[in-house]
Amino acid sequence: MPAPVITAVDLVKKYKDFAAVDGLSFEVAPGESFGLLGPNGAGKSTTMRMVGAVSTRTGGGLGILGLDPNTHGPEIRSQLGVVPQADNLDAELRVRDNLIVYGRYFGLPYSYLRPKADELLAFAQLEDKAKSRVDDLSGGMKRRLTIARALVNNPRIMLLDEPTTGLDPQARHVLWDRLFRLKEQGTTLVLTTHYMDEAEQLCDRLIVVDKGRIMAEGTPASLIREHSSREVLEVRFGSARNAEAAEALKGVGDRIEVLPDRVLVYAHSGEAALARVTELGFEPMTSLVRRSSLEDVFLRLTGRSLID
Amino acid sequence: MTERSWPAPSRAEQGATAESIDTDAVRPRVQRGILLPSLYAGNARAVMHRGWLVVAKTNWLIVLSGLFEPILYLLAMGIGLGSLVGTVTTSTGAEVPYAAFIAPALLAVAAMNGAVYDSTWNVFFKMNYGKLYQGMLATSLGPLDVALGEIMLALARGLLYAGGFMLVMQAFGLNLSLWALLALPAVVLIAFAFASFGMAITSYMKTFQQMDWINFIMLPMFLFSATFYPLSVYPVAIQWLIQAMPLWHGVELVRGLTTGAVGPHLWWHVLYYVVMVLVGLTFTTRRLRALFLR
Ligand SMILES: Nc1ncnc2c1ncn2[C@@H]1O[C@H](COP(=O)(O)OP(=O)(O)OP(=O)(O)O)[C@@H](O)[C@H]1O
Ligand SMILES: [Mg+2]
Repeated sequence: MPAPVITAVDLVKKYKDFAAVDGLSFEVAPGESFGLLGPNGAGKSTTMRMVGAVSTRTGGGLGILGLDPNTHGPEIRSQLGVVPQADNLDAELRVRDNLIVYGRYFGLPYSYLRPKADELLAFAQLEDKAKSRVDDLSGGMKRRLTIARALVNNPRIMLLDEPTTGLDPQARHVLWDRLFRLKEQGTTLVLTTHYMDEAEQLCDRLIVVDKGRIMAEGTPASLIREHSSREVLEVRFGSARNAEAAEALKGVGDRIEVLPDRVLVYAHSGEAALARVTELGFEPMTSLVRRSSLEDVFLRLTGRSLID
Repeated sequence: MTERSWPAPSRAEQGATAESIDTDAVRPRVQRGILLPSLYAGNARAVMHRGWLVVAKTNWLIVLSGLFEPILYLLAMGIGLGSLVGTVTTSTGAEVPYAAFIAPALLAVAAMNGAVYDSTWNVFFKMNYGKLYQGMLATSLGPLDVALGEIMLALARGLLYAGGFMLVMQAFGLNLSLWALLALPAVVLIAFAFASFGMAITSYMKTFQQMDWINFIMLPMFLFSATFYPLSVYPVAIQWLIQAMPLWHGVELVRGLTTGAVGPHLWWHVLYYVVMVLVGLTFTTRRLRALFLR
């Protein structure tokens, strides 16, 4: 196995006494696409910033491309393409200048940057906006520009913190395609997302983080196998009656989860579970049988606190 | 309305064969410095260039307006008041016309004002109301690159103002000695010191009220640093206070050069500014790291 490009061992980040990241250990292989999932405040962005060598760890070990970010910040960052959670484009520069000046920060020559900027503008479909002010772009356009900007130095590792938040569905799908291509060319991808379909699509392997700790790790398929049943039955009884019905349905399927608007019954066979529900004398307003997804894993591992 | 999806298909997909760039050939290269490799990537000029791009698109009249202030003082005080005053004795005992006495002081002030302008208010806005430095520090730049780049930008403005003012002095015949040529590098040093010190102080400021303190110090320093009359008019205690302030050293240094009263004592002023540069750079870099790489 080739040496990992990212190695984290018991990584800790504390703000005063509060541990935002509380002992994460993981490795990312070259060319791998690695995901971080977790609820708001789990510590994903904090981890990304440490990996991006813009935040100093409080404890544990971290190696990026074999280098220690504490001592080799500039060298590490020169190989990274970073899409931060909040856009930080240069509002005083025009769209195209944003790309060129950013490339200058990497010490790249104009002869390379001028054609590269045009190529990236085309990539982000912002050719018409080349001379616009950044503030005049829509939110999604800014996101696209940020992503294009991250590619200016041909990074070996892309760090994408919720890259598709704010993009319209087409833009999301085509960005996925774009990321696949980068991956094919050998770029390592590390991304966080709140879209489970995105994680399923893009990640070879992922970790689910909550309160700064790893709750689960594996491929999307293996996580579903381990932490969820084969199928899920979704039934609605009207928001007033959901909790009461769920109580009575205890024992149906492997496990029951109550969401505000519906009840989820985890079972090997959704149809069989539905038959059991009707047998027990319940008439759901709507019912739906589907395969388990990463979302179910996520809810199981991290979701309860949201519902309680 | 465009039908195209985003991102656009790459050129290869479109079947374009023309000079597609071999992207792998150009990976950024960071020279790993012997000094402070985690703080410095040797690329401060990229930061400075970014600043130029922004300044170049602003109104040049506003940029140049900073030059007029010392010229107005020179006309009003030097020529106007000077006709009443006649000559003044410098700290080295030479008798010089009043205009030639205050002109070098105003030159030092021009350098100071230019340097402080960019390194305080401009930096304050970038630090607090934009994510500029955050973006910069996600690249291979280190905090020392950012600090140096911004300081050099401020220095450039100081040099612009001072250089312009020197031409005016020449036109009025106020450069009394060939040593005046050395006033230019001296002015660079003065601007460098004020820029780096100004940025260091600004990096610790959090509110507008705190920023106003900078003006509160600058104005009396301008008026009382032996700018318009010799230091000897003050009681000794006040003299010491003024000699501890940075502007007085610039006034004395430049005045020594333009009036030709040169001696080894000028090196003390140079030393003062070198220390100021180093202290300013150190604190700015530390502060930037603490704020943006924590
Ligand atoms: N600079 C900071 N100072 C103090 N606390 C911080 C700081 N940055 C983050 N935190 C705290 O660390 C925790 C983790 O934050 P982080 O931004 O990493 O979460 P996240 O997983 O990215 O969440 P989200 O999905 O909302 O983006 C939060 O509780 C947050 O309040
Ligand atoms: Mg986040």
